[in-house]
Amino acid sequence: MDTQVLTTFLFLSVVALTIGITFWASRQTKTAADFYSGGRSFSGFQNGLAIGGDYMSAASFLGISGAIAVYGYDGFLYSIGFLVAWLVALLLVAEMLRNAGRYTMADQLAFRMSQRPVRTAASVSTVVVSIFYLLAQMVGAGSLVALLLGVDSQAIKNITIIGVGVLMIFYVVVGGMKGTTYVQIVKAVMLMIGSALIVVLVLAEFNFNLSDLLGAAADNSGKGEAFLQPGLQYGASLTSQIDFLSLGLALVLGTAGLPHILIRFYTVPTAQDARKSVLWAIGLIGAFYLMTLVLGFGAAALLDRDQVDPLAGGNQNLASPLLAEAVGGGEGSTGGAILLALISAVAFATILAVVAGLTLASSSSVAHDLYKGVIKKDEPVSEHDEVRVARIAAFVIGAIAIALSIPAQRLNIAFLVALAFAVAASANLPAIIFNMFWRRFNTRGATWSIYGGLIAAVGLVFFSPVMSSLPTSLFPDSDWAIFPLNNPGIISIPIGFLLGYLGTITSKEPAAEDRFTELEVRALTGAGAEQAVKH
Amino acid sequence: MTDQEQAARHDPIYDRLHATSEFAELRRRYRGFVFPATVAFLAWYLLYVVMSTWAGDFMSIKLWGNINVALVFGLLQFVTTFGLAWMYARFSSAKLDPLARQLDAEYNKGGDA
Repeated sequence: MDTQVLTTFLFLSVVALTIGITFWASRQTKTAADFYSGGRSFSGFQNGLAIGGDYMSAASFLGISGAIAVYGYDGFLYSIGFLVAWLVALLLVAEMLRNAGRYTMADQLAFRMSQRPVRTAASVSTVVVSIFYLLAQMVGAGSLVALLLGVDSQAIKNITIIGVGVLMIFYVVVGGMKGTTYVQIVKAVMLMIGSALIVVLVLAEFNFNLSDLLGAAADNSGKGEAFLQPGLQYGASLTSQIDFLSLGLALVLGTAGLPHILIRFYTVPTAQDARKSVLWAIGLIGAFYLMTLVLGFGAAALLDRDQVDPLAGGNQNLASPLLAEAVGGGEGSTGGAILLALISAVAFATILAVVAGLTLASSSSVAHDLYKGVIKKDEPVSEHDEVRVARIAAFVIGAIAIALSIPAQRLNIAFLVALAFAVAASANLPAIIFNMFWRRFNTRGATWSIYGGLIAAVGLVFFSPVMSSLPTSLFPDSDWAIFPLNNPGIISIPIGFLLGYLGTITSKEPAAEDRFTELEVRALTGAGAEQAVKH
Repeated sequence: MTDQEQAARHDPIYDRLHATSEFAELRRRYRGFVFPATVAFLAWYLLYVVMSTWAGDFMSIKLWGNINVALVFGLLQFVTTFGLAWMYARFSSAKLDPLARQLDAEYNKGGDA
């Protein structure tokens, strides 16, 4: 069978399935609580799957396996950092956030602080983090579809990006949180099954001997044993070593500050269910990242270097789909065509589920924080009105993401996601942690840490080799790279914490300290927390 | 800054619950677990990142076939993450949830006061 026909059919099936789910979910979405949090009626297990679906992005499925296929062991850091990060969410954030907030990340700050400044700050950083993350997914979608149609056409990549953008707007506008959640659950199941299938086929090629697989990867990579050791990508100089450390910090501290992950904790009835969802998510995500190890080294062992290595003219973001084709029997075989189409459809579903979550998080924040909490603060806003604004915001954010994705296509998608993590860790995490654990923390501390961390992270990237000075930069012909690291976290995360501290101690806000009593009781006991919606 | 800009003054029941010995115990147990655990897993993870960067020779020692220290160290991060998550699940349902439920019940009894 012709691969392109099969692939197109599978892609359209994924699209049709998700559209069906969305229409079905829309009939159960009536109130603002339904739109923002799915009525808080999902079980811990369902939400655990949905968190997995929200979190395991194109950067994980395509980006990490590609990074391992090209750079060997150094790519594994992403898997480890992305998983260990969940302990921050489990121990310090998930349950308390569920008890203290309603719909958005800003809620728990606004609980005890001055509404306008903290909601504005949290909303700005929510939108910025989500847009960086969206760029990564949409760029991944563009190169995936171009590969499958077998043409390296810029027009097709651009059309794909626009198509994904239109779909994500549709999911959010029509399905709200319920539709988004079910799309994420379906995707998580598809991703786990699809990855497991390829992993088994790869291991079977080596008689289930991991050592042989690694040996073949090292031989085929042309780098020998160094391919299995740390340092190939980041070990060259002290600058790149510090870059690696900086990346490691951003990965582990970013997760618990990602707005699209945080709002998932509101979709369950109690804090205990929020804990259960994180436990399920850790199991699922851990199992998946173990599989990325086999996918990455498998791609290194079984594919030609010119298929995956960008220096040899390959595309590292396509390591997993090409690996599927190889273990299915290779190019031109029926088995290869079927597996290539199947895994590409899984990757496409992965992208759709994540972009839906991101669009929902940012449009919720625009409507709930900026519109209701800031612009219309002094007048009553009906639920209907608030949800209408969220839907309009989804259109605007989708359009911005499309417009920015088209020029961003030269960047590695795992790197773009790492950047979103760095911004989340610098701007959001300090405010969340201080707010929950430090009575003295106040409005000035929160706004300084959010804006300071945000500006530091984005600013450092702007002045880094990512933007200019190198052949791989976004602007290769210019040079304004005065900051040597690609990853800003090692500087910007401490800045976020430090500014939160300085802003707090240079101002007094007795009301915020007073309200900390209620926040603490609510966060730890659930007394007075938002209840699930009964239909 | 006026008081209206702040969220409304809270229900006095929160002050009463906050002052109970059960709440103090709940907070002590929670922090007593999560603070040391967070320091431990972050230190263990950073040790891994630092060793990967600056202890290349040690990480490259082969243990079995092509499986070296670096790979085992990375996989141990998975083991400790699963292990700590499991320990927290057991700890919180045995030591935290009963106290939290008791305080929540008291809130619901006196919540309208």
